[in-house]
Amino acid sequence: MSVTAPITLSARNLIRRFGQREVIHGVSLELRHGEVLGLLGHNGAGKSTTLQMLTGALLPHSGQIEICGFDLTRQPQNAKAQTGFLPETPPLYREMSVNDFLIFAAKLHRVPRAQIADALTETKRRCGLQDSGKKIIGTLSKGYQQRVGIAQAIIHQPEVIILDEPTVGLDPSQIRDIRTLIRELGNMHSVILSTHLLGEVESICDRVEIMHHGRLIYGDSSTKMQQYGSQPGFIVTLLAPPALSVLQAIAEVQQVDQLSATQFRILHAANTNPSAALLALAAQHGWQAEQLVPLRTRLEDVFMQITQDEKL
Amino acid sequence: MILTIAHKEFRSLFVIPSTWLILGALQFIFAWFFLARLDAFLQVQSQLAQLANAPGATLAVAAPLFGTIALILMMLIPIFTMRLIAEERRNQTLTLLMSAPVSDYHIVVGKFIGLMLFLLLIIASCMLMVLTLAAGTQLDAGLLLTNALGLVLLAASYVALGLYISSLTAQPVVAAIGALAIFFGLWLVEVSAVDNDNTWRALAPTSHFQSFNIGLLNSTDLMFFLLFCTAFLLLTIRRLHNNRIYS
Repeated sequence: MSVTAPITLSARNLIRRFGQREVIHGVSLELRHGEVLGLLGHNGAGKSTTLQMLTGALLPHSGQIEICGFDLTRQPQNAKAQTGFLPETPPLYREMSVNDFLIFAAKLHRVPRAQIADALTETKRRCGLQDSGKKIIGTLSKGYQQRVGIAQAIIHQPEVIILDEPTVGLDPSQIRDIRTLIRELGNMHSVILSTHLLGEVESICDRVEIMHHGRLIYGDSSTKMQQYGSQPGFIVTLLAPPALSVLQAIAEVQQVDQLSATQFRILHAANTNPSAALLALAAQHGWQAEQLVPLRTRLEDVFMQITQDEKL
Repeated sequence: MILTIAHKEFRSLFVIPSTWLILGALQFIFAWFFLARLDAFLQVQSQLAQLANAPGATLAVAAPLFGTIALILMMLIPIFTMRLIAEERRNQTLTLLMSAPVSDYHIVVGKFIGLMLFLLLIIASCMLMVLTLAAGTQLDAGLLLTNALGLVLLAASYVALGLYISSLTAQPVVAAIGALAIFFGLWLVEVSAVDNDNTWRALAPTSHFQSFNIGLLNSTDLMFFLLFCTAFLLLTIRRLHNNRIYS
């Protein structure tokens, strides 16, 4: 994903009330072509509501949504033709067969009649539904229903794909398949997905927005998020280590802690990286460097830290 | 878009076994009633023949049959309209339509047409049954056509009202009972009204069907059905739009 990729979805200052209670307080989002954005948050943080507003299923009380240059309230049909949506509960007609349902979804999203057959085979291939075409949706397992739900959202090749908790209720191998699929989709379209699974963000999202009580409180690339609030550094294993002071003396190293006979934790400033220098020295002096692992905080900790910070 | 949705509604009716069961049972009831009327007609035919300007088979057999169909449609239509929106809302499939590039107008009119196609099938099958009389006697085509038109318009007004009730709730059963109660209420208004109390009678679709039933094509009745359908379809569209704002 490059910064110059065109913006496919932009939402400004979305406000949504349920009755008197305001649940979304001025959310702004931007999504570029070829980007996977993860919307992270506790249950009830307003993720689903936000996503529903982005698809036009709910109208915001104020704020603007633009999809591929079309305003969602002024030109709803043009804007909606560019989006595919998988809600929390996949919207499946249980009594229809997979083929019939997907053809209906394709027609509904204005796929030209002549291209429907191709779109159907291609979508079924991508979602691993080749052998389920004639099955009745109600008889499929949860995992397969979820796949049909995703197929329904991508059959018309939309620019923006919106997935609300796409991997909930799936078994680990299905989760892996669906994540691969989402990653693949993210290269050609833009994807926005909500989740409360941090592993999902780690493995598929380019960028993360954290939502808390109807506000976006943190947004950055997912790699940056992992470094949030932690000192950059790495753990190096040297089978024939030198004295501690020798390591300390390497340029840009701020602190060295010996963890075991052969393991050292080395901390450095954010914008520098002494690992190359250290490895060069190791090769030169025969310290037998075995592995070098960057320090990573667990995403759970980061998430907790960010949402805690907000409360204070 | 309208046709896509109508086609889907029409087809999804036929994948449910109960639809076939209802179709079969209806046909049985209609045939039973038709044969009973025919039998009664044949018994009194010799006496009728002595009258000047005696009622023909169409008036004596077909018209009462259509009157019965009108009554049965009243009880039948809520069973079908309850699914249209309430069930979609309960199964959360309404989101698919709401987030698709179709307007509320397309959704409502599509569903309306889909169910009307199905009801046309029922009405047409009754027409065919009545047309078998043509083998033995001369039929009054005008009376048959006004009756058919009346039935279609009556069904349309019931569907429009049922669709609106269905859009008010997320429970199909509530939608069915609600629609049935209102249909019955309207029917009771018609049967209980004193003959000269025209204002109350004018509210009931069944009373407007009466003139079609006796072969009268009255523009007032036509307008009533058109306005009735349009009003409730517009209300349903409005309700779906409000769904995006308040739900």
